[in-house]
Amino acid sequence: MSELVFKNVTKNYGEKRVLRGVNMTWQSGQIYGLLGRNGAGKSTLMRIVNNRTFASGGALLLDGQSVVENEQAQNRIFLMSDAMLYPADKRIEWLFKLTAQMYGDFDWDLAQDLAHQFKLDVRARLGRLSTGYRTIAKLIIALCVPCEFILLDEPVLGLDAVHRELFYRALLQAYGTRPRTFVLSTHIIDEIAGLISHVFVLEGGQIALDEDLDELMAKGRVVSGPAALVQEWLSGVAVLRREQLGGMVTAYTLDAPLEKPLPAGVTLAPMNLQKLFIELTMEAETNGQ
Amino acid sequence: MHFDATSLEPLYAQIATQFTAGILSGAFPEGSQVPSTTEVARTYALNPATVLRGMNELVAAGLLEKRRGIGMFVVAGAQAQARAQRQAAFFTERLTAMVAAAKALGITQAELTAAIEKEYRHE
Repeated sequence: MSELVFKNVTKNYGEKRVLRGVNMTWQSGQIYGLLGRNGAGKSTLMRIVNNRTFASGGALLLDGQSVVENEQAQNRIFLMSDAMLYPADKRIEWLFKLTAQMYGDFDWDLAQDLAHQFKLDVRARLGRLSTGYRTIAKLIIALCVPCEFILLDEPVLGLDAVHRELFYRALLQAYGTRPRTFVLSTHIIDEIAGLISHVFVLEGGQIALDEDLDELMAKGRVVSGPAALVQEWLSGVAVLRREQLGGMVTAYTLDAPLEKPLPAGVTLAPMNLQKLFIELTMEAETNGQ
Repeated sequence: MHFDATSLEPLYAQIATQFTAGILSGAFPEGSQVPSTTEVARTYALNPATVLRGMNELVAAGLLEKRRGIGMFVVAGAQAQARAQRQAAFFTERLTAMVAAAKALGITQAELTAAIEKEYRHE
C-alpha cells in the first residue's frame, strides 16, 4: 500500500503564511475531497506535491521518500490544474500522444470512449476550445495517465451540470478499470459528497477536518429545539456552533449522542458536507485570524 | 434507485435498503445476479467502497451471496427473509416512534387503536 504523507508542511509568500503546518496522509486507492475557501491554499498544496512550487518547511513523503526533485516519485503523481501549458495551435490528439510519451503509458481505449461520451473532437486545436471543453480535454488526460496519485484542482471548472455528472461517472469508470488515488478540490461540494470516501478541509493554513464520510453522516447532526433541552441533550459533547433565536437553539455537532433518548420537542437533521464546510470555515472568519 | 448524500441515513445503508427493496419487489429475483459494485458506483456516482459496504451488509444479512470471480447473487429464500426482517424492523423502529409521537401529542391508546382499525377497514 502506497501512501503520501504530509509532515508539518508550511509555505510562505513573503510575509504571508499560506500553509501553517499541514499534516495529513493520502492512502492508495482512495477518492479524497480537499475542500477550502478561496485562497485557503488548496492549489498551493497540490502544486507543492507536484513540484511546481516548493514548501518553505516540513516534508512530503511518498512511501518514505521525499517527493522534492524526485523524478521517480513525480512519475507516480499527476496534477490537473487550471494552467494550460501547451501551444494553442496544437491539436488535442497531439496532447494525448505527448502525455503518453511523458508517462510511458496511456489508456487510449478510455480516452477514446470519454472523448466520445463528452463529444470532444480530438482533432480540434487547443486554442479554439471553450473553457468547458478545455477542462474536459485536461480531465480526459488526467483519467488516462498511469499515475497512482491523480490530483484534480477544480476539475469541473466551466462544466455544465450534464458534463459534471458525466465527469463523476468517468472518474468512477477510470477508478473501476484501475483503482488509484484521486484527490478532488472543488467548490461544488454537494455533488462530490457521495463520490469521496474521506474529506480534508483546509482552513487557516491547516487541516481543520480529516474525516471519513461514513463517520460524518453517522454522527454529524444539526440539533434544534428549546435551549435548555438541546443543551442538556448535548452536555459533554463538542459543538461546532450554536445559533439562538429567542428560546430556540440550533446546534451543530460532529458527535451527536444518538444512544441517548431524544427529548420531545428536539429535532435532528443530517449534517451534510456542505453545511459542515460552512460551519467550519465561517466560524474562523467571524473570529478573525 | 435514488441516493441522497444529505439524508439522515448513511449512503451505505441506503444501498442496503434499496437493494432489499429490489429483492422484495422481485426486481432482483432469487438466484439472479445483482449489478456489480463498479456498475452501481458508476451509474449513481457513488464511492465504490460505500457501495461495497452496503452490499456486504446484505451478504451478512443472508440476502446476497458472493460467488468468487463472478459477482453477487440473490440467495434462494431471500424474498421471504427480507420481508421478515422488514417486519421486525417495523415493530422495533416505526411502531415505537409512532407511539412515542402519539404520546407526546396526548393521543390515548384507545384513540390510536381505533384509528389503526379504521385504516385497516379502508383497505
